[in-house]
Amino acid sequence: MKELVVLSGKGGTGKTSVVASFAALAENIVLVDCDVDAADLHLVLSPRIEKENEFWSGEVAYIDGEECNECGLCQKLCRFDAIKDFKVDPIACEGCGFCAQICPVGAVDMCQNMAGHWFVSYTKYGTLVHARLGIAQENSGKLVSVVRQQAKLIAEKENAEHILSDGPPGIGCPVISSLSGADVALVVTEPTLSGIHDLERVLGVCHHFGIPSAVCINKYDLNEENSRRIQDYCSSHGIEVAGRIPFDEVVIKALVQRLPVVEYSPGCSVAREIEKVWQFVAR
Amino acid sequence: MILSIASGKGGTGKTLLATNLALALSSKARVQLLDCDVEEPNDNLFLRLPVSYSQFVYIPIPKVDETKCNYCGKCSEVCVYNAIAVLPQKVLVFPELCHGCGACSYLCPEVAIVEEGKPVGVVEKGSLGNLELVQGKLNVGEVMAPPIIRAVKKYIDAKSEIIIDVSPGTSCPVVEAVEGSDFCLLVTEPTPFGLNDLSLAVEVTKEIGVPCGVVINRAGMAEGETERYCREHDVPILLKIPLDREIAVLYSKGIPLVQGMPQWREAFLGLFENIAARVGRGKMPEGSGEGKDRQ
Ligand code: SF4
Ligand code: SF4
Ligand code: SF4
Ligand code: SF4
Repeated sequence: MKELVVLSGKGGTGKTSVVASFAALAENIVLVDCDVDAADLHLVLSPRIEKENEFWSGEVAYIDGEECNECGLCQKLCRFDAIKDFKVDPIACEGCGFCAQICPVGAVDMCQNMAGHWFVSYTKYGTLVHARLGIAQENSGKLVSVVRQQAKLIAEKENAEHILSDGPPGIGCPVISSLSGADVALVVTEPTLSGIHDLERVLGVCHHFGIPSAVCINKYDLNEENSRRIQDYCSSHGIEVAGRIPFDEVVIKALVQRLPVVEYSPGCSVAREIEKVWQFVAR
Repeated sequence: MILSIASGKGGTGKTLLATNLALALSSKARVQLLDCDVEEPNDNLFLRLPVSYSQFVYIPIPKVDETKCNYCGKCSEVCVYNAIAVLPQKVLVFPELCHGCGACSYLCPEVAIVEEGKPVGVVEKGSLGNLELVQGKLNVGEVMAPPIIRAVKKYIDAKSEIIIDVSPGTSCPVVEAVEGSDFCLLVTEPTPFGLNDLSLAVEVTKEIGVPCGVVINRAGMAEGETERYCREHDVPILLKIPLDREIAVLYSKGIPLVQGMPQWREAFLGLFENIAARVGRGKMPEGSGEGKDRQ
């Protein structure tokens, strides 16, 4: 079993469209949406939710106004400026529990925090594990670990050949959670200055964690000079460019129909290139 | 005014909007652009301001003086992040798990813990004329974005108009960046992904209590659903930027729209005035409340 994570650094490079097409091309896979902040994969895969689970994570401080004598110690010590006028702002609270430890009259309670939901769903391409982090919640990294772990269990049970994971944008905590211990990362980038900048940063993260990576340039013909720069960068760092997808409205049209490109328009140049990339990374 | 620019989904044009708004506005007022997308700060790829100031951001992590420590275990007991472990003859700190809350050092009965700074990123500043950029950058491999965002926001200069470029998504760093704004602009694109993520972003601004408005980027294909959503949820659409190859090519080269296609300057200035009127600042333009359409 091989776990493939698709990343992008910068958002909007077409990562999820590529993943959806991979899903249609692959046989015997389990899918994971690790972009728990703004999960989108389900929009193209039309899943039927089979199992819904609550995600409890962390704690939030709560001050009991009856017991509090307004000494102000907690306010002074909280490093996250989460307490004002003897009330806790649950959004700012990091749940460190410092205030509960030091309150002289024991007026602070730490309450469990329901931080979101995760789902196991049926799709015609394979089982999908996805999640929805509550608004303004922290710990997206932990939720990513939960969905990945579930996907692994399911993949073992189903004897799946691949776990295909739609990774989160950025390079921070959720990306690291989606990457650690994966077999290969594919970075979908675009030939824009910001695309290149973020590509370098996200490849840095892959390198940092020792994950072999490959690159796919989406909309490469939007700026062929930048595309060449990406290729040069990759070859000088020993990273394979697995494919170059042309700029084509068919991608958005497929999206609006909520279909993977390879199904919406099989054989078109975009679909053929995505197939090539899939052959490369699935090896 | 503090105006934050966010989007549930990445790559919808947040950077495009933030940089162009800042450039257009800087011809009329002092502007400070805060790039709080600290995982991928991209604004200066377009502005190309010389960076004249740079400062590390540290979080305080504990350091145990083992000559004072009696291995009582209190520190590890109070640390909810399991960032400090006490063995019979050794105390281990795991800096990558530590949130710098300060509980362990404060509560150590032997006063054996001091705190030392661990760099997690940098804040950089640069300026040109009326425009100042403050950007935060998370170190590769680090996970604590909020302290860097807080550090960037410390530089807010109340005498300027403030534009904040927020990271994509709906989680902690977004809240950290948007909090305290007078208005939040949400950039979206007319695809099912864009709309799904827009609705999440609208919920975030409601949760924080900041009024919001929408900019539709790459418009002209299928924004009917997005428009319907905005109508139903009483969220104003303030600007549309069409799907246009010339705009995409300028963007790919890192050329700001207001420089490559100067006719856009007025649209961005109008957008800003419209928002200022909405938050009760500046003069209320005639017939405001209707979105601006540009083709
Ligand atoms: S430390 Fe306890 S008593 Fe003092 S202000 Fe905080 S909650 Fe109230
Ligand atoms: S739990 Fe920590 S972050 Fe939350 S209010 Fe208490 S001291 Fe502040
Ligand atoms: S609380 Fe202080 S004395 Fe006790 S184990 Fe920790 S460092 Fe050592
Ligand atoms: S500062 Fe807070 S998070 Fe860090 S080790 Fe001490 S108790 Fe744990």
